[in-house]
Amino acid sequence: MSIFENKIMLKKLIVFTAIMFAFGFALVPIYRKICEVTGVNDLLRPDQVKNTQVDKSRTIKVEFDANTNHLPWSFKPEVTAVNVHPGELTTVVYEVSNTTSRDMTGQAIPSYGPTQAAQHFKKLECFCFAKQDFQAGEKRLMPVVFLIDPDLPKDVNTITLSYTFFEMPGGKPAPNTAPAGKLEAKQTAALNAAPDARHN
Amino acid sequence: MASVPHDHSHDHAHDHDHHPLKWTRFFTTTNHKDIGTMYMWFSFAMFLSGGVMALGIRAELFQPGLQVVRPELFNQLTTLHGIVMIFGAIMPAFVGFANWMLPLQLGAPDMAFARMNNWSFWLLPPAAILLIGSFFVPGGAAAGGWTLYPPLSVQAGMGMDMMIFAVHIMGASSIMGSINIITTILNLRAPGMTMMKLPMFAWTWLITAFLLIATMPVLAGAVTMLLTDRHFGTTFFNAAGGGDPVMFQHIFWFFGHPEVYIIALPAFGVVSQIIPTFSRKPLFGYASMVYATASIAILSFIVWAHHMYTTGLPAAGQLYFMYATMLIAVPTAAKIFNWLATMWRGSITLETPMLFCLGFLFLFTMGGFTGLVLSLTPVDIQLHDTYYVVAHFHYVMVAGALFSAFAAVYYWGPKWTGWMYEEKLGKIHFWWSLIAFNITFFPQHFLGLAGMPRRIPDYNMQFENWNAVSSVGAFLFGFAQIFFIVIVIRMIKGKSGIRAAAKPWDGAEGLEWTVPSPAPYHTFETPPVVK
Repeated sequence: MSIFENKIMLKKLIVFTAIMFAFGFALVPIYRKICEVTGVNDLLRPDQVKNTQVDKSRTIKVEFDANTNHLPWSFKPEVTAVNVHPGELTTVVYEVSNTTSRDMTGQAIPSYGPTQAAQHFKKLECFCFAKQDFQAGEKRLMPVVFLIDPDLPKDVNTITLSYTFFEMPGGKPAPNTAPAGKLEAKQTAALNAAPDARHN
Repeated sequence: MASVPHDHSHDHAHDHDHHPLKWTRFFTTTNHKDIGTMYMWFSFAMFLSGGVMALGIRAELFQPGLQVVRPELFNQLTTLHGIVMIFGAIMPAFVGFANWMLPLQLGAPDMAFARMNNWSFWLLPPAAILLIGSFFVPGGAAAGGWTLYPPLSVQAGMGMDMMIFAVHIMGASSIMGSINIITTILNLRAPGMTMMKLPMFAWTWLITAFLLIATMPVLAGAVTMLLTDRHFGTTFFNAAGGGDPVMFQHIFWFFGHPEVYIIALPAFGVVSQIIPTFSRKPLFGYASMVYATASIAILSFIVWAHHMYTTGLPAAGQLYFMYATMLIAVPTAAKIFNWLATMWRGSITLETPMLFCLGFLFLFTMGGFTGLVLSLTPVDIQLHDTYYVVAHFHYVMVAGALFSAFAAVYYWGPKWTGWMYEEKLGKIHFWWSLIAFNITFFPQHFLGLAGMPRRIPDYNMQFENWNAVSSVGAFLFGFAQIFFIVIVIRMIKGKSGIRAAAKPWDGAEGLEWTVPSPAPYHTFETPPVVK
């Protein structure tokens, strides 16, 4: 066999390798499309509610938790817990303020404990459905409207809804005015509350 | 077996060979035998490094509580043990065998791209330095597991960057090696050697090389995305920016599952060469072996999410991946039955290579069965990330790939060195390894079933006894490998006093046994003709 044929083979195999490298990146839009079509993992869409029959026989305690990740904002719920019946429409309010002196954009990501509660926790309105622009020093009250699906497994009596606010990349760079020590402490706290954003 | 006694007047083709003798020889060599040898020594060095890490892990787990290493270091050890053993030890070992043996088996003078071959080897030492060196940088080595899952891998320190670069480099090396192997097998076969006359080792490597060039670029893409997420503000895997950490797992396992077969298939090839030799019968069902290997390779692309049952896959997805995974058992079982049928009514002798192949058959089948257990979604959700999984993949990786690598060294070693190894020592090495391996890993099944999680330096008191047993076994297994290197060095120095004949195994078939032992520096400059 001649060297010429080897070179042809080399070219073919290099092209194949390059295609597979591109395929690795193509998996990103493919994955998004599959998630969109199958409705899996779409964090930004309000949930559909089929069953609104209120089940008075059960009471579920819903706890609210708020964290920030590398984001020097103040973020907290107005009440830390409510008791609700499955199927009952409930509104809670979170208080968010941008304590920095620059305009920033954040995105909140919900997470649930226990995880099997995630699919039964239906949010009809939520600040986490969109990016949130905050001007320097701006403070806002933001609601979450939810109900708990009566199909919630019987052994779940308490659900924790935990939000983590992340800074959206591409926000305008500005001098970091927060004192270094304080910022670092907050980062550590945010890291400790490892966000689990898989379930919506 | 047939071998010539040590004889000083023996005319040795080796002596007439043209050898570059300068110390730069190993940096500049394009000879497939030199490069194959370097691959093997590199692999053994990495095997020892990864082994030391494993012993650090087992020393810590000997007792509950924290005694030997800090938890941070423990996590680094588990992470680097995995990556070093897979990319540093097992894969280069089989690439080394391929470099040495494929041209000899095919009747080719050398690999198709000899200079690229040199380069693909010399990329590995820098990668190894990056990996081992990462222990000494601030923050230490990567500690989020060899699977590099975000968010940990996005948050980790510079050790992670070093690991990402190392993966890039080793991936480039594998891709070049694979291109070389594919071209050699497809273009450089001796006249008359049709595809269906290829030795099984060549067939399995051909298929493995295709798996490598199909999946390594995908891994390279995945770690590139990690790198840009870490440093360049992209958010492929950051939920806040619209990314998804679970997507990394999909991309990673699209590479990761075929990777399992990248490790296993060349091992199957070695076993398919050795069992017929020592059964003195041709391989049973050669064609079905080829088709089974190809089907395993194809199926390996459509089962990746069985590593991800606990990520919240929809039930339909779990069912699909469960059934697809079980399907792989069919071609794999075909191979096992073919090996058994090859031995059936053969004139079997139990030299060390055959012993390691029998050990492989026994233990790999067990690892395959636990794999079948883990393919069941409801069972896997229970056993996910427990020691049962650790036991499972060590049964297929160590007893599968490593044992067949040992078998290959004993089987082809006489061809490489010109001397027989010492049979008694080889047998001791086998039984020592077999027993120590099972002491180490068999109890881990019990630990996993009882719920002991992996990758954690401390554990509940209830797991104490089996962990102590497992740690003792691990150290025994480690020492057995020191013994192995002694055997190899004694073989190289000719301590057995028995020169290897051109064909030291009377049942062996193939072109590699038509050249003298040790194989001359240049072989098959005029291609042989295969009838």
